Amino acid sequence: MASNLVSIQRRGFGQTMRKDTWWVAPLLTFIGLGSFVLYSTWAAFQGAHYWVPGTGYLSPFYSPELFGNSPHALFGPQPSWIPSWLPFSPALLILWAPGGFRFTCYYYRGAYYKAMWADPIACAVGEPRKGYRGENWFPLILQNIHRYFLYLAIFFLFFLAYDAWSAMWFQAADGTWRFGVGVGTLVLTANVFCLGFYTLSCHSLRHLVGGVYDVLSNKPIRKKAYGCVSSLNKRHMLFAWISLFVVGFSDIYVRLVSMGIWTDYRII
Amino acid sequence: MTQATFSIRRGGRETAELVDYRTDVTEGMVVLDAVHQIQAESAPDLACRWNCKAGKCGSCSAEINGMPKLMCMTRLDTIPLDEPVTIEPMRAFPPVKDLITDVSWNYEVKKRIKKFKPRKPDAEDGTWRMMQEDVDRVQEFRKCIECFLCQDVCHVLRDHEKHAEFIGPRFLVYTAALEMHPLDVENRTQDLKDAHGIGYCNITKCCTKVCPEHITITDNAIIPLKERVVDEHYDPIGKLVKLFRKR
Ligand code: SF4
Ligand code: SF4
Ligand code: FES
Ligand code: FES
Repeated sequence: MASNLVSIQRRGFGQTMRKDTWWVAPLLTFIGLGSFVLYSTWAAFQGAHYWVPGTGYLSPFYSPELFGNSPHALFGPQPSWIPSWLPFSPALLILWAPGGFRFTCYYYRGAYYKAMWADPIACAVGEPRKGYRGENWFPLILQNIHRYFLYLAIFFLFFLAYDAWSAMWFQAADGTWRFGVGVGTLVLTANVFCLGFYTLSCHSLRHLVGGVYDVLSNKPIRKKAYGCVSSLNKRHMLFAWISLFVVGFSDIYVRLVSMGIWTDYRII
Repeated sequence: MTQATFSIRRGGRETAELVDYRTDVTEGMVVLDAVHQIQAESAPDLACRWNCKAGKCGSCSAEINGMPKLMCMTRLDTIPLDEPVTIEPMRAFPPVKDLITDVSWNYEVKKRIKKFKPRKPDAEDGTWRMMQEDVDRVQEFRKCIECFLCQDVCHVLRDHEKHAEFIGPRFLVYTAALEMHPLDVENRTQDLKDAHGIGYCNITKCCTKVCPEHITITDNAIIPLKERVVDEHYDPIGKLVKLFRKR
């Protein structure tokens, strides 16, 4: 074997013979992912303005709200066993799950290895580091737990769907709750659909529903499911970006309405 | 008549340089035509491999303006001709002469992959029955023409020289074709994880981008294989569930 191992002259970072604008795509990814991470971290630490009184609106970053001071909290206010010197926000309790889901997503992995870690920054362009362990070793070998995050993400979808339903109820002047549709309702409903498409187009799901088998012709239900997930999977990257944008916008919307900067327009 | 300049790598195993050649460009020409024209006009000793000129033999792989491509399928009207067009051999393999590289490492790798092992014949006469819908999935992988462009662009080989530990996208496609075949009963997941180094792939999809046969290498071959490796090695809960189901 050793006789025909290859010896290549390594290129330095950014060195390439490519003449096109190869740096545009990684730059856009860097800006897109970077701003989302910054905004969502900031928003998660706020612990305020994540719901709108008098409406059912709840920011998806804060859902499900396990403990908190809004009426959406499932188990009441901040429990005493959480040390008070720790920064507390309902989002911090749950955001690791959707965050981990995206972090270990096959699409995002490929995207941020390129844009954030330059490994490689673009195809056929030199890299900054010589050493390379890929996902073969710790820590990146942990990416293999993606399917567990998928289970959580599917579980979360039910909460988000419930939030979209809650967003259809508004408190009238006499204190009763009436059905209605505001712009926020549309935003939160769009959010659960986008996240649904993203989650259901997951590569791990595609494997689990049918990809694991070589013969599907004798398993009609799995075959159908595999076909559906596969056709969504072709657009996984698109869903990844749309859902990222929409979930971020949902939080911004609820936040600004709750702060009184934006007025929620009622359609029905 | 418009003319264009081509900077072609000239040299042997050790040293080489880019040499400029000017030649006429006519409608419908591909890069391989230009190379042939240059051979005829000014560089009769210019070495290049080719066979079919139809994108089917996989011999004419090269790096055109830095991107791995088939010379016979790259039309000149798709590349800017106002500056010199660089034509170099593939970087991930040792150069032999001019545009020719030694790709024999690939043939050695292929020998290391466990062969097709069909289940017991379905019928008395020693034949099998399978449904078209079940072979559809591997049909895509069989389009491969072994041009090795994907191997060339893959940074694990190209930049990190993991040739001893990683078989590269071409052979992950090949393994997928065997592993997902409805008749095959061999198990290659252990090999994929250890000997074939599938964990080195960081799914950055450059292989998919350059494949002239448009095989969805990363999404349809590599990720499903990674998932099968997860099944066997990184999913304790799944293993447990399977154990109980078998009971
Ligand atoms: S997706 Fe994997 S195999 Fe393909 S080029 Fe990237 S690292 Fe190599
Ligand atoms: S998978 Fe595509 S790029 Fe790779 S060797 Fe086969 S045809 Fe060429
Ligand atoms: S692969 Fe992207 S969510 Fe699972
Ligand atoms: S000459 Fe056969 S693929 Fe180009």
